[in-house]
Amino acid sequence: MTTNKRTDGRNFDELRKMEAKVGVVSSANGSAMFKIGNTTAIAVVRGPKKLHPKFLQNPETGRLRCFYNMVSFSGSGDRVRPGPSRRTKEINLVMENALAPAIDLSRFPGSSVDVFVNLIQTDAGTRCAAITAAAMALADAGFEMRDLVTAVAAGLVEDQVLVDLNYDEDSHEMGVDIPIAMMPNEDKITLLQLDGRVKKEKLNEAIELARSACKKIYKVQRAALVERYE
Amino acid sequence: MAKIIREHIHTLLEKGMRQDKRGLLEFRKDISVEYGISPKSAEGSARVRIGETEVVAGIKMAIAEPYPDQKDRGTIMVGVELSPFANNSFESGPPSTESIELARVVDRGIRESGAMDFRKLCIKEGEKVWQVFIDIYPINDAGNLRDASSLAALAALKDAKFPEYDKKTFEIDYKKLTSKNISLEDEPIEVTVIKIKDDYLVDPSVEEEEWLDARLTVAFLKDGDICAMQKGGNGMLSTEDINKMIDIAQDKVIVLRKAL
Amino acid sequence: MGELFFEERNIVVPGDKLAMGMDYLPAGGAFRDGECIRSKVLGILGINGRVLKVIPLKSQYRPRPNDMVIGKITDMTNSVWFAKIDSFRDGVLTVREVPEYIGDGDDLSQYYNFGDYVLAKVLNVNSTNAGLTMKGPGLRKLSGGRIIEVNSAKVPRVIGKAGSMISAIKEKTGCRVIVGQNGLVWIQGEPEHEFVAVEAIKLINEKGHLQGLTELVSEFIDKKMKNVSKKETEEKPKVEEKQVTQEKKSDKDDEEEQPKRRAVGRKASKKVAKRSKK
Repeated sequence: MTTNKRTDGRNFDELRKMEAKVGVVSSANGSAMFKIGNTTAIAVVRGPKKLHPKFLQNPETGRLRCFYNMVSFSGSGDRVRPGPSRRTKEINLVMENALAPAIDLSRFPGSSVDVFVNLIQTDAGTRCAAITAAAMALADAGFEMRDLVTAVAAGLVEDQVLVDLNYDEDSHEMGVDIPIAMMPNEDKITLLQLDGRVKKEKLNEAIELARSACKKIYKVQRAALVERYE
Repeated sequence: MAKIIREHIHTLLEKGMRQDKRGLLEFRKDISVEYGISPKSAEGSARVRIGETEVVAGIKMAIAEPYPDQKDRGTIMVGVELSPFANNSFESGPPSTESIELARVVDRGIRESGAMDFRKLCIKEGEKVWQVFIDIYPINDAGNLRDASSLAALAALKDAKFPEYDKKTFEIDYKKLTSKNISLEDEPIEVTVIKIKDDYLVDPSVEEEEWLDARLTVAFLKDGDICAMQKGGNGMLSTEDINKMIDIAQDKVIVLRKAL
Repeated sequence: MGELFFEERNIVVPGDKLAMGMDYLPAGGAFRDGECIRSKVLGILGINGRVLKVIPLKSQYRPRPNDMVIGKITDMTNSVWFAKIDSFRDGVLTVREVPEYIGDGDDLSQYYNFGDYVLAKVLNVNSTNAGLTMKGPGLRKLSGGRIIEVNSAKVPRVIGKAGSMISAIKEKTGCRVIVGQNGLVWIQGEPEHEFVAVEAIKLINEKGHLQGLTELVSEFIDKKMKNVSKKETEEKPKVEEKQVTQEKKSDKDDEEEQPKRRAVGRKASKKVAKRSKK
């Protein structure tokens, strides 16, 4: 990375081309598609329904559950074996933690609200795209939310801070990947992971870059929700 | 099981009508096939829409050793995932019997028809052959996932290109696709005809599927030969039923073939 | 002075800052966050002086006492039926809450069987169940006709102000229609008429948030019904048949007393009855 631009010609703070659509699955209460570059996520909301087995129920509120799924032909290498891997289970959890602060399920005690996200094609940033799509689908389903949730990966490649990493940048041997989710109006972070080696100052720089990127993604999310009903 | 819905379907059928106003032998109007919906990740991919029903399918290829009894032939594997994503009544977890049946019927249509020459998937006899994975994911179930899935699988195969590989190590470079297609000798397409009481229907809705007495899925080749069949449902069929249902299916296969 | 960021009837999404300043007040669908009023649902902004509310475009049904709901019997024990009322709460109907006398050891399925749809009233709600009753005018097992689903946020639109929308649908199509607060709608009529009623209700489900809905639906039904009657005059014998069934229907109207919120419906069906007698 010796030039001022990235391998795909983007500026360091530039996002890939985005596309969002709400209400894409008619059999679901809420659904949304979010595409960023070559990463495509479709999210569907099912529920609230009674949660089984009973010991999983919370008598005070509903439980948000996320089911992230890379379809088997969506990987950039070999076929992805169907069924949940350790990676998938962790992503399900961090997605739930990223979305839970925004959504109020206290009116649905003992229930579960399930968000299924299928990744149709992937080019890095899949958990962030999944969260961004899931937030739109939950809003489309009519749940009460303090805010939307918007996510993007910031990162470093050879000490250069950049945002919305593609696969080449993400898999760069000196690369650092920092997926971040934010509630844009609250201006609070709900997902933060880091994978790589980084100095504290650079981390703050990366978070700032993610913050302004999230604002741009939020505009796309918001427009898609409004467009559905105009 | 809601009797009111069954009675309603029956009452309308007596008058030659269906719940969504279609004719008994009428497919939904908007049938579309879109190729290359996952060009960055899959070697081939397609999306099929029949009305509000939507299915995506993708092809992944790998190099493996051939089966000992088929040293000069590659293989295919078809998978279908019926998850709550597409229909609230599907269960999460390992593939259901229903999804396995669906996958196997699609598999037979392609495998037994001779539509694919498996010898052309051989790289080095007895050592290396191509494995072709066809994975099907329903996105929205508004009825007739069967016909949509078979069409999506075929469309994804048509879209597929072999990836480049190292001639010595047989390592695949998935980033580089060659211009070589999987050669298809024919194009098998399934049409499902269902029977409710004494009536035959095509392109069933979710409710009609729930209340069918019997169904017959027939896969046809271009020249009209049949290459796979599957009777489903708890009801029974006479030889006359079967002949009529095959004729209807053959008549309707044109509608789907046109969309390719 | 506060500042308003949106206009009346704008579509707003969760998190949106609607207004700044303590002189604005949040009502349903909005909340105060420090100096701001923000939206907590995807909906349409309503401004009433200083009060801001957001009317949701979609919502999940939450049972409340006295709601009339359409439930589907999914399970039973020897003293209780369970009905799905399209909520995460089970609808629970005990033998004491049905008009029939149920003897000891009776098989409950003779009265209300698996898969039956019932029109019931919500008695009470706790965190896991909603108690139902079948005792009351019009409450019964539904037979014939069909069931369609609308989002529970659209139920008030389907019913209309003082029942105006539902009356119009009944009157114009000659169908019997019952709207459950849980979003299940029962419709029964001659097939061609039923199709029009179903399409009209689906139209409300899709476009219910638009202004001028009443005119839109009215015009839609009139246009569709014109085609239907054209068809019917082409096949004359069928018209007579239809009149007979409609007269039969009018006899039933008394027992089909509509629940409170839909009381207007009855008058409308009578009008149809009169017209068909002419």
